[in-house]
Amino acid sequence: MKITLKVWRQKNKDTKGEFKTYQHDHVSADMSFLEMIDVLNESLIKKGEEPIAFDHDCREGICGMCSLYINGRPHGPLQTTTCQLHMRSFKDGQTITVEPWRAKAFPVIRDLIVDRTAFERIQQAGGYVSVNTGGIPDANAIIIPKKIADEAMDAATCIGCGACVAACKNSSAMLFVSAKVSQFALLPQGKPERAERAEKMVAQMDDEGFGACTNTGACEAECPKGISLTNIARMNREYFGAMLASYEVEVKGGD
Amino acid sequence: MKLDSKIPEGPLAEKWTKHKFNLKLVNPANKRKYEVIVVGTGLAGASAAASLGELGYNVKAFCFQDSPRRAHSIAAQGGINAAKNYQNDGDSVFRLFYDTIKGGDYRSREGNVYRLAETSVSIIDQCVAQGVPFAREYGGLLANRSFGGAQVSRTFYARGQTGQQLLLGAYSALNRQIANGKVKIYNRTEMLDVVIVDGKARGIITRDLVTGKIESHSAHAVVLATGGYGNVFFLSTNAKGSNVTAAWRAHKKGAMFGNPCFTQIHPTCIPVSGDHQSKLTLMSESLRNDGRVWVPKTAKPGLKSIDAVKLPEAERDYFLERKYPSFGNLVPRDVASRNAKQMCDEGRGVGSGLAVFLDFADAIKRDGEDTIRAKYGNLFDMYQQITGENPYKGPMMIYPAVHYTMGGLWVDYNLMTTVPGMYALGEANFSDHGANRLGASALMQGLADGYFVIPYTIGDYLASIGWNDKVGTDHPAFKEAIDKVNTTVNKLINIKGKKTVDEFHRQLGLTMWEYCGMSRSEEGLKKAKKIIQDIKSEFWSNVNVLGGANELNQELEKAGRVADFIELGELMVDDALSRSESCGGHFREESQTPEGEALRKDDDYAFVSAWEFKGENQPEELHKEELRFENVKLTQRSYK
Repeated sequence: MKITLKVWRQKNKDTKGEFKTYQHDHVSADMSFLEMIDVLNESLIKKGEEPIAFDHDCREGICGMCSLYINGRPHGPLQTTTCQLHMRSFKDGQTITVEPWRAKAFPVIRDLIVDRTAFERIQQAGGYVSVNTGGIPDANAIIIPKKIADEAMDAATCIGCGACVAACKNSSAMLFVSAKVSQFALLPQGKPERAERAEKMVAQMDDEGFGACTNTGACEAECPKGISLTNIARMNREYFGAMLASYEVEVKGGD
Repeated sequence: MKLDSKIPEGPLAEKWTKHKFNLKLVNPANKRKYEVIVVGTGLAGASAAASLGELGYNVKAFCFQDSPRRAHSIAAQGGINAAKNYQNDGDSVFRLFYDTIKGGDYRSREGNVYRLAETSVSIIDQCVAQGVPFAREYGGLLANRSFGGAQVSRTFYARGQTGQQLLLGAYSALNRQIANGKVKIYNRTEMLDVVIVDGKARGIITRDLVTGKIESHSAHAVVLATGGYGNVFFLSTNAKGSNVTAAWRAHKKGAMFGNPCFTQIHPTCIPVSGDHQSKLTLMSESLRNDGRVWVPKTAKPGLKSIDAVKLPEAERDYFLERKYPSFGNLVPRDVASRNAKQMCDEGRGVGSGLAVFLDFADAIKRDGEDTIRAKYGNLFDMYQQITGENPYKGPMMIYPAVHYTMGGLWVDYNLMTTVPGMYALGEANFSDHGANRLGASALMQGLADGYFVIPYTIGDYLASIGWNDKVGTDHPAFKEAIDKVNTTVNKLINIKGKKTVDEFHRQLGLTMWEYCGMSRSEEGLKKAKKIIQDIKSEFWSNVNVLGGANELNQELEKAGRVADFIELGELMVDDALSRSESCGGHFREESQTPEGEALRKDDDYAFVSAWEFKGENQPEELHKEELRFENVKLTQRSYK
């Protein structure tokens, strides 16, 4: 296959970026998208040009490190991660545009690499159950109906790649945040801190500069792990519940 | 130097309890006076950093990825073993211990392995409490499945994403400590050296991968949880970033390297498709619960999956079931891999010739496609995504690939390396899996080390040195280490040769796979040593690293790692040469039974090889730690 690539190149966060066009004549249908860039990079180095920087690690669709906005879609035409996208999904002679995730909360570091530490701070705000190591009762002392466990697992499969933010016209992180809030809201282990968790994680999300959710569903459509919009509805419920609960506490405190 | 494993005396089942009592404690109010560095945030690193933070120590945690959650533990699929005996099928701590010692072909320590089995039960409790959504039965209790090398069902799992869920559990505990201010996290930061003063580990030198800045960090102790070195083979199931650099540089500063040649080749990976291949993808061992492995009885070169369906039963050789009737398709990984290679060497390989079938037709007929989809759906999807073939319609094609390294930094029972104050956890150490690791045991070991071993053992060291025994980053040793790191970085950038870093890495990988992979011989290893030395000298005169040192530079990162892989590769070859027996994943062609199984030589080789660095381009010195077996009888491993 032969393809034309238009790739975003940007030296660092402080410089202006631009698209550069590369003709790539040595593409095999069996290559993954990232392997296609590897081959291009090797040829760039041979020509004395600096290779294209991009994030990647496991290359099996689970670490969430790879990104890339390909022809206007996060992770490209399939509902999968970029590392699992193969060149057989493209046509010979096609022009492919590759950009980094675009969102205010994800500043570009270099070329196709963005800074996703906003996600870290959201998780640090409440994405956990407050238990220390040790002194735990037997695992089977907690009985969890299979249906609930399965639903929690569906939410827990989020890989934190940020495709939901990149897909959203408002750059909203609601799908990402709601996946964690849902997992713990569903499970008995997460119940004691559910209200506080929802409040803190949502507050951090707002602080980071992510946009609001207007229910377009683009995030769900592009999520490589099929995280459902239901989680957003659940998070909204958790959040409003938390707001009401904290109001009640305040009223009682005033008596 | 004499190696002291510090295995406590006394009956096997009492060693750990007794040892925990004998370890010194740090008073809760004094813990805040200590600083600990943890490098790596996979299962071992994240669980250690979180647990140490909970105890009150001040922790600095480092990862080279953009988030601790990306560490490659995330990719473990199948499950985690624990001796819970929830299935009432005869499991016990002793049985898990026994299976693991036997599975490791009697090249691990009894004391360590027993402790691992003992702590396994607490790991499951811990993870459930954190909200890890393990698979459950309809009654709401935890579900189990079986894995290779065991005849009981003791593997806990979360679909085919167990590593992900366990890591996210440890990551959540880590995040809680970050929020509490007890752990400070440094992401996109790579450790490039360790600093030793007065014979003790005092800190590390790092490079900020975004700005290129070289920095010093001091602490009372340094914990390395930096994973394995399977990427020395270039193609492996490891993540692209997985590397040996932290461990290797620690080795060059005095930490001995244990059993470097012990490599696990995983039998069920997707075969190589072309020269562009950048990594190999594993298909979980759990697939062997329902999948049957076969090749045609007579060579059928190029046989494809769609045509295989039509091949009559009588013309198929289910070689694992034929040769090992009692374990069948669930023989341990080393045995399954070697047999697949043997079939391909006989010319009976399918597809490219370097593949065998893994067939689900019988399971689908027996249980229905929906049941199989519920169990392995994500794996089947992944297979289809990568190969473009539908595994529900025809058998998968699989071939062995490098997956895990049992070898690693030598540690004693406290997980301390030969450098006081420096510890190694998880895959980065050599300790628990002997010459072959059983499936679902890596997650167990990583979490055992991080949650339940290091929190006890590090206290003993810290209490013994006292909080005043700390060296600041203004000490000349830090300055010297920074200068050395800068020199190496600048040297790499200024070679400006003709070959790319990847070209060297591929060449090294091919050499290792050919001569130090699934099958090793004296002649081949000697040849490999020469080739690797040539690669090394060419690398340092002809590598081309573009870009600068003070910016994000992925070629520079790779170059440093490949330089270390080259040196490690030579040590692996030396180690494989020095061990002229076969054991587990280390198969020396000169040492096999009449049936072609690995033949151990217990009289000569029942020891751990610990290698000591003696200076650049000097041969390393081999130290031997004798292995004593008091509770198991050494036998020829049989899965027939």
